[in-house]
Amino acid sequence: MGSFDLLMQGFENAFTPTNLLYACIGVLLGTAVGVLPGIGPAMTLALLLPITYSVEPASALIMFAGIYYGGMYGGSTTSILLNTPGESSSVVTAIEGNKMAKAGRAAQALATAAIGSFVAGTIGTLLLVLFAPKLATEVVKLGAPSYFALLLLALFAVTAVLGTSRLRGFTALFIGLAIGLVGTSTGQPRLTFGSPLLADGIDIVVVAVAIFAIGEALWVASHLRRRPLDIIPVGQPWMSRDDWGRSWKPWLRGTAFGFPFGALPAGGAELPTFLSYITERKLAKNPEEFGHGAIEGVAGPEAANNASAAGTLVPLLAMGLPTTATAAVILLAFQSYGIETGPGLFDSQPLLVWTLLASLFIGNTLLLVLNLPLAPVWAKLLQIPRPYLYAGILFFASLGAYSVNFQWFDLLILLVIGLLGLAMRRFGLPVLPLIIGVILGPRLEAQLTEALAISSGKVSTLWSEPVAVIVYVIIAGALLFIMGNGVRTLLRNNNQKKKVLA
Amino acid sequence: MTSRRRVHARLAGVILAVAAAMVLASCGVTRGTDDEGHRRLQMWIPNSPGGGYDLTGRAATHVLEDADLAGRFEITNVLGASGTVAMQRLLNAKGANDVVMTMGLGVVGAVYTNESNARVSKATPIARLIEDQEALIVPKDSPYKTVEDLMAAWKKDPKSVTIGGGSSPGGPDHLFPMQLAKTVGIDPKAVKYIPYDGGGPLTTALLGEKIDVGTSGPSEFEGQIKDGSLRVLAVSGGERLDNVDAPTLKESGVDMVFTNWRGVLAPPGISDETRDYLIKLFTDMHATKGWQAELKRNGWIDAFATGDEFGTFLKEQDQRVASTLKELGLA
Repeated sequence: MGSFDLLMQGFENAFTPTNLLYACIGVLLGTAVGVLPGIGPAMTLALLLPITYSVEPASALIMFAGIYYGGMYGGSTTSILLNTPGESSSVVTAIEGNKMAKAGRAAQALATAAIGSFVAGTIGTLLLVLFAPKLATEVVKLGAPSYFALLLLALFAVTAVLGTSRLRGFTALFIGLAIGLVGTSTGQPRLTFGSPLLADGIDIVVVAVAIFAIGEALWVASHLRRRPLDIIPVGQPWMSRDDWGRSWKPWLRGTAFGFPFGALPAGGAELPTFLSYITERKLAKNPEEFGHGAIEGVAGPEAANNASAAGTLVPLLAMGLPTTATAAVILLAFQSYGIETGPGLFDSQPLLVWTLLASLFIGNTLLLVLNLPLAPVWAKLLQIPRPYLYAGILFFASLGAYSVNFQWFDLLILLVIGLLGLAMRRFGLPVLPLIIGVILGPRLEAQLTEALAISSGKVSTLWSEPVAVIVYVIIAGALLFIMGNGVRTLLRNNNQKKKVLA
Repeated sequence: MTSRRRVHARLAGVILAVAAAMVLASCGVTRGTDDEGHRRLQMWIPNSPGGGYDLTGRAATHVLEDADLAGRFEITNVLGASGTVAMQRLLNAKGANDVVMTMGLGVVGAVYTNESNARVSKATPIARLIEDQEALIVPKDSPYKTVEDLMAAWKKDPKSVTIGGGSSPGGPDHLFPMQLAKTVGIDPKAVKYIPYDGGGPLTTALLGEKIDVGTSGPSEFEGQIKDGSLRVLAVSGGERLDNVDAPTLKESGVDMVFTNWRGVLAPPGISDETRDYLIKLFTDMHATKGWQAELKRNGWIDAFATGDEFGTFLKEQDQRVASTLKELGLA
């Protein structure tokens, strides 16, 4: 029980008043920056790097971990309440979360997000403690062909959420893929119109905030005078027994998606959130509730993004490999203390590593304690009369878009995509395929170019890795299943027709 | 003064983080008055917090403030197109006497690959501060044991060696293998270069043996080099590094020196007075113990040069990068 003893030692070290204080500051700051669209945990940590000059290593790292977890958590609050996701990993949360809030169930949405984050974060950290050293050496073996296959599977899964009209669904998906083309990531400028301001592409948070919040504000503004104001009902402050029953399975499934994707060097937090969403939508007892505020659609993705945050620490601690921007800054903090990161970290700095791990448990608990009582309070925000509420949302969204880079140009992009959002509402295009297109398109392309560049253009490289082959078999199986189903219904219909005729 | 207002908006945005940083670091000491020797300056940084220019720029301002050489700095990260956006903005701020920008080799190439006219040689050179070496890094089980092995295989069939780097075309990790190829007589166009999104993904690719050789600064691989999972064949500078057990390229029979440098520029069209003030400011900074400590802490090599000497160097670099990229059809 070597690791258990070490973990206990870590707890002892993390429970000093100073370190607890740093954990508290960390989760509070993290929640704050998670709430603000535009300022992410990575940037916050980078701005706080100078504290490594004067603060103990353990304390600083505890605070940094708190910011990381807090940021993952805080992003969900504005997603649910205002439809303005603060981070890319909480974009999916907005889809059902905000619908719940409009139906007077904001407190439940916030609570299931809080508890789900806690559950996922805790399980994720536990998995991290158990498997970090073993997992890490395996994950680097996955190359571009495997990621390409995984992303293809994800794109395939999108077809399950295209909505009732295939045409509208695909239109939205292709608009998303087109937005994803902007930039010079392939070396060729595409849709940049000669402006270096567009060279890095359009940030997914800007797209989501524009489509969700700006689009909706414009929609409401254009209908305000024609329809009487319906006031958002005041709901129950806490989760009911039914809510609990509908939430716990999505929490666990979300964790199962989030952790492995977080541990994969090119996995990320966005992919598992919408895989979780799609899964919940397929498994739900009453799928017609999706799109009108289904609690499963909040519980799953929120668990997934926190579990992925824990997963990210696997390659970071076990191999010194940063897989997200935030992890890269944490690594810098290690280095500025002169701590050797890399495979030897668990052996050379056991106390520091285990204190950090213990502080993750503490940080998670703090987040729950802080946020659960706040849920009903936040929910009251929606009682603000609509004109003021939407004015506030517009202000908040613009501030977020502007604060990323301090360019008026970004506000223009926000407005243009906001108008697109309005048009999509007007013509009934579903939002999710668009968002998924923006996220998946560039990544799919990047992995494909990398795989083909390494193989000098030989296409056979795409099935050269076992993981890739397995994923293709799954896709083929699913295709066969769907086609089989289609043929069977067709035959049944034909038979019925014959019977009717006979 | 829109630029100043922009900084204020930015400060408002991150006020929480900054306030906490100041309180925590207990360095929020009120200092300096508004006398001439302590004018407020802006430091622009052409990449995101935590990146190379950011670390250098923030270290420099930190030392300047700490040694009481300058008043407080307002730091702004100007993101976009690997520094092209920032470079453009610096040239647009013609005559502004309170702005400096940290930049380096990557920005020189980025303006070409982004087809911008914002050449670095148009700005006012203030000082070159530091340089980093590049390294040729291979996985533990690589068949290449020395630079000679690698060069032999590379010359025989350039396509048989897959090289990966942490920067996009035009950046240091890309320019290094291209100039190396040209030096040893390989057509740079034949070089198989895979760009990765920074040191993390590059390390992953090397450990997973997806690529044969990595070109990057060795500091990002310290842990892996130390435990033996990655090996360094050679470093690119004029002299060996203290903390990396590897020969220089010259010692290995390749006549080439390549360094990834960083320095400070001011907008074009500033008065001689301002230029001299800024040069003196960074010269004084260079002499402080604090700056020497920063160099050691970050593993940077001192490469201090000012004014005209830096300006000549800048022009030479600009031409060298341009010719490499033109040969590749990227500029």
